[in-house]
Amino acid sequence: MNLQADDFELFGIARQFAQDRTTLDARWKELQREAHPDKFASRGAAAQRIAMQWSVRINEAYQRLKDPLRRAAYLCELHGAPVNAHSNTAMPAPFLMQQMEWREALDEAQSADALEALMNEVQAYRKQLLQQCETLLDQQHAYAQAVESVRSMMFVEKFTQDVHQRLDQFE
Amino acid sequence: MALLQISEPGQSPNPHERRIAVGIDLGTTHSLVAAVRHGTAECLPDGEGRVILPSVVRYIDDQRRQIGFDALQNQTTDPGNTIASVKRLMGRGVKDLAHADKLPYALVDAPGMAQIRTIAGIKSPVEVSAEILATLRFRAEDTFNDDIYGAVITVPAYFDDAQRQATKDAAQLAGLNVLRLINEPTAAAIAYGLDNAAEGVYAIYDLGGGTFDISILRLSAGVFEVLATGGDSALGGDDYDRALAEWLLAESGLQAQSPEDQTHLMAHARQCKEALSAEEIVTAEVELSSGAIDLSLNREQFEAATAGLTARTLQAVRKALRDASLGKADIKGVVLVGGSTRMPQILHAVAEFFGQAPLTNLNPDEVVALGAAIQANQLAGNNPKGDLLLLDVIPLSLGIETMGGLVERIVPRNQTIPTAMAQDFTTYKDGQTALALHVVQGERDLVADCRSLARFELRGIPPMAAGAARIRVTFTVDADGLLSVSAREQVSGVEARIDVKPSYGLSDEQIAKMLSESFTTAESDMRARALVEARVDADRLLLATQSALGVDGDLLDEHERAAVDAAMQALDQVRTSDDAGLIEAESKALAQATEAFAAMRMNRGIATALAGKNIETL
Repeated sequence: MNLQADDFELFGIARQFAQDRTTLDARWKELQREAHPDKFASRGAAAQRIAMQWSVRINEAYQRLKDPLRRAAYLCELHGAPVNAHSNTAMPAPFLMQQMEWREALDEAQSADALEALMNEVQAYRKQLLQQCETLLDQQHAYAQAVESVRSMMFVEKFTQDVHQRLDQFE
Repeated sequence: MALLQISEPGQSPNPHERRIAVGIDLGTTHSLVAAVRHGTAECLPDGEGRVILPSVVRYIDDQRRQIGFDALQNQTTDPGNTIASVKRLMGRGVKDLAHADKLPYALVDAPGMAQIRTIAGIKSPVEVSAEILATLRFRAEDTFNDDIYGAVITVPAYFDDAQRQATKDAAQLAGLNVLRLINEPTAAAIAYGLDNAAEGVYAIYDLGGGTFDISILRLSAGVFEVLATGGDSALGGDDYDRALAEWLLAESGLQAQSPEDQTHLMAHARQCKEALSAEEIVTAEVELSSGAIDLSLNREQFEAATAGLTARTLQAVRKALRDASLGKADIKGVVLVGGSTRMPQILHAVAEFFGQAPLTNLNPDEVVALGAAIQANQLAGNNPKGDLLLLDVIPLSLGIETMGGLVERIVPRNQTIPTAMAQDFTTYKDGQTALALHVVQGERDLVADCRSLARFELRGIPPMAAGAARIRVTFTVDADGLLSVSAREQVSGVEARIDVKPSYGLSDEQIAKMLSESFTTAESDMRARALVEARVDADRLLLATQSALGVDGDLLDEHERAAVDAAMQALDQVRTSDDAGLIEAESKALAQATEAFAAMRMNRGIATALAGKNIETL
């Protein structure tokens, strides 16, 4: 084990998309118990620094593993298919059409109920994308193709945030 | 002592030695110190049996000062030199303070942090806080008749970086070894959770004298995981007093013209507020220089005058729940902390919001100090089997100013600490060789609306076309919630870094001088003690190094091993001498010689522990 180990090695879990959240949470706490700076509080500044490096690394891995979107992107990257979200924004036309429809629905929504309905639709689509990711990553090992699903999920994620923001205004 | 001890994780080199570690709640209105004694945490009383120390410092002249009840008693007669609620000034500039004009003492604007003009000269809030902390330190030392190994100091969860750093500096100025800064609601959760063997998601609603915090925590098997935190570091019981004082002035048509009037009126408003927690109706009688207030006031009127403040706390609760992606139904229990939660309107508002009666079985004044004491005891290594693990978060996002006065967020709020996050930036102009970095904290998009924490420059970037440089800015937040920032140009390797520290008019040398002046014991005592301590430390270090070499000697090559052996021999030769300085010097040399070795062992220790966990569970 070293600080350069990948997230899956560090957590001692299979390098795959499908993960059990309860297991991840438990592993995170187990690992922090061993490495957290609090455990070395009576042992001086140098010990604190080393413990902090490990603790930071465990937190970083946990943040990435527990978020399906980031986990999928990380798997693609580990297998030589980086997502390059910033430089590559080309998306298929039908997907963009749907995005535009959602944006319009969001602009026109006049009540929390209307937003909830839109949210349900978006969530259903997100679930579909997650399923697709799992098939591409864990069964077909088609990482280059999975990249496209990951990018779609990024759009959906951003849109979900925008809906949440609007929902806040209705509260 | 900056030596790295080398025992196995979880084992103390000398199991019979107990270190005295305390928890300190440094509050706006009052402060407390607690420690674990005979297995339970308790607040330590002063000579007269009082556990509470009013957070008030009065400067009488250059030499003399009063702290606590004595200072409080003289508040109305000497308002200009009696500093109360100094916590509200910590890490704040004059323009950050909402009610600076209503304070009875004179503020002096200074870069970074407001200062106070007193008869004893200009004092920074850090110095005033250090007086309070030192008083508590002496109380603990008297109680145990021994030195204090270290302290856990609590801060409001919603304190920003400048406020935290100022608190840590105050503790150091008071001669305390700060084991950790922890958040007040988290400390309360420790005391509550361990007492009640609580499991599940809890909300801690903490309304103190000057600050409001809400933390949502998941408690499970000794792990206290903060899911989200929120609040207002300038909202507390003081504001209820002020609202009531203003109501009294408005009703009577009078004005508070002098600092004496102000202090007098505020003190009465506070008395009325406290009385209204038990009574339905009270009479407010205040003599002001412009006339006398004589009004009867009922609870309903008081609640109406302060309803806006209570509503503000609930708004923060809603936001914290949203940040945790939880609904009210997910909350298993609500714990009330802080003296201001004694107001019936708070109890009702919180009960109504969550749809359940809040838990109040621990004294809301003491629970924070008790939790801090439990954590201090574990951090000092007195409880090797303790399974307490705190996973706290930062309350406010951290970012960098970019073109056009916009904030680029680098660490989002509610991120588990410790954490390190980085982002790449680039140059704006062709041939640009320097980059000014402005570090800010807050949730708003415009720099002007956020708190400015620090500015520093990265110089010596080789001239390149605009946009060609790759400057990686890394934010590191440690387990105390304190930030350091580094910047590195990836192509040339040019680097700069800064520990974010608020300025409050004291240089490190001044602090060192103040430390040696105000908190020392008789010199001969000190010399005798220094020799004993030096010998004990030397023996301990030799023993620890010997055993470390036995276990992990393979980590060293021949050359490194020879250097360690030589340093051990040198220390061994002087350890029975009467010269404390000489023993210390050789101890230091040995510690330096083993520093890299200790780091290697530490890394091996953690790596083995983590790998061991993996084998066990797979």
